[in-house]
Amino acid sequence: MTETFYEVMRRQGITRRSFLKYCSLTAAALGLGPSFAPQIAHAMETKPRIPVLWLHGLECTCCSESFIRSAHPLAKDVILSMISLDYDDTIMAAAGTQAEAIIQETIDKYDGNYILACEGNPPLNQEGMSCIIAGKPYLEQLKHAAEHCKAIISWGSCASWGCVQAARPNPTQATPIHKVPGLAPKPIIKVPGCPPIAEVMTAVITYILTFERFPELDRQGRPKMFYSQRIHDKCYRRPHFDAGQFVESFDDEGARKGYCLYKVGCKGPTTYNACSTVRWNGGLSFPIQSGHPCFGCSEDGFWDKGSFYDRLTDVHGFGVEADADEIGATAAMIVGGAAAVHAGVSVVKRIADKNMTNKDGGES
Amino acid sequence: MSTETSTVAHKEEAVYVYEAPVRLWHWINALCILALCITGYLIGSPPPAVGGEASFSFLFGWIRYIHFSAAYILIIGFLLRIYWAFVGNSHAKEIFLPPVWKAVFWEEMLHEVKWYLMLTSEPKKYAGHNPLATLVMHIMFVWGLVFMIVTGLALYGEGTGMGSWQYDWFSSWVIPLFGQSQDVHTWHHLFMWVIICFAIVHIYAAVREDIMSRQSIISSMFSGWRTFRDDRPADDIHS
Repeated sequence: MTETFYEVMRRQGITRRSFLKYCSLTAAALGLGPSFAPQIAHAMETKPRIPVLWLHGLECTCCSESFIRSAHPLAKDVILSMISLDYDDTIMAAAGTQAEAIIQETIDKYDGNYILACEGNPPLNQEGMSCIIAGKPYLEQLKHAAEHCKAIISWGSCASWGCVQAARPNPTQATPIHKVPGLAPKPIIKVPGCPPIAEVMTAVITYILTFERFPELDRQGRPKMFYSQRIHDKCYRRPHFDAGQFVESFDDEGARKGYCLYKVGCKGPTTYNACSTVRWNGGLSFPIQSGHPCFGCSEDGFWDKGSFYDRLTDVHGFGVEADADEIGATAAMIVGGAAAVHAGVSVVKRIADKNMTNKDGGES
Repeated sequence: MSTETSTVAHKEEAVYVYEAPVRLWHWINALCILALCITGYLIGSPPPAVGGEASFSFLFGWIRYIHFSAAYILIIGFLLRIYWAFVGNSHAKEIFLPPVWKAVFWEEMLHEVKWYLMLTSEPKKYAGHNPLATLVMHIMFVWGLVFMIVTGLALYGEGTGMGSWQYDWFSSWVIPLFGQSQDVHTWHHLFMWVIICFAIVHIYAAVREDIMSRQSIISSMFSGWRTFRDDRPADDIHS
């Protein structure tokens, strides 16, 4: 029998008082009422730790980097002990053959009961040769682990959407987890972001092990509690947006005064994430607060929408890159020009016809 | 000069084509589209920044407010217009239901295309819309407007949030359909230009037809009555 979370936490020197504080904080972070804090505490005290296989495909490890910085005073220590993180090649002590053996061991021991956490995605081209783990394509490792897991967490924009390695023309055919052909049909929760917010990651795990199910998901499979509102909806610079006060360039008066970054390409109005409420590094700041526009890292295809500093998206398929206004204005000019030319020809034709009828009339 | 005085006086009865609700809708709709295009363009490319305290200004708020208000007027008008297609006269449903299953529709449309290519010296005569106009209005205007209403409500639903009818009925499926919110914005923006192109063609054709065709066009949208230049029978397919 594996230890319960509570036992692990006590063993690590965490007092019961701190433990209960953590439970309350987690309940609050999950948007649950105060009555849920004891429920979380109860779950932690009685439930065995969930074994987790944390696999890395094509990715940059920013999800892991974010995760280990979860800034709740306890979360950083606790979460790593909370789950039984059986395999995570970046942060595990074992290496080489021993490390790889753990995967099979976990699969055998907890068949159908472990969580598969995917960081990064598999490339499908060249039979998956663009991402090799322990001498085998990551694709195979993923499919094998997915076959026996209980559920899949797609960490970050790589696993959720494809991210930068899937950018046009996507030579390796990097494919997000839910689109991998032949993958066992397991429930998938997407936690997009590049990286996702640390507290969002830990909260999702806490929810799963407290209630033994996924939190409520939206149509795209993201947890509603963190991805149901846009950055824009809770942005502290929103009053400047409504007032029409925009940063025009990064060194102007508006930038110094903290005006809205809409005109320098902020994707806050189209990005579903919790940055403007949860923020980063323990609630210290987030991109917009530091004066940089949001570039929508948690949205599907954010890497293929043209410059991060343009408000309007580039539309592909017109040879040269152009935004909606450039294409539209060109079309309108062509149509307007055609109408003008047509009008001119119509007039000439009409005069010619009239002269003709006059002549005919005169002759007959 | 002599040609004008020698124009044959015509005896053809005028036809009541555009009933009052249709005319009223036409002009309200036109004003809404104008307001929507201007404010919509500004939402994509905002005017220069306003100085001073944020609490003293609501410029962008007003631009968006006008956009949303005009959109609601347009949507309600469009729904009433669809209702009128059922209860109004036979001309009221023309742009919603072009008789594409009739061979004669396509033959006459070809004739209309020839008229615009100046390959034929005389257009046909219609009390309602000519087949080419019917088709262009059906595709570019009716479906263009449906597209704008659906994507527009989906974008509006993002602001009203989950649980609102705009979000549940539109945003929840439109946004994943296009990929993400930014894509819906881009398509909504592109279709503004489709509507603008339609408006250019529409106004040009109306003026040209008013001068060169065999029936009145512009004045009919004010009075409702179609008058004709000659008394030969009309070629309408619809009625």
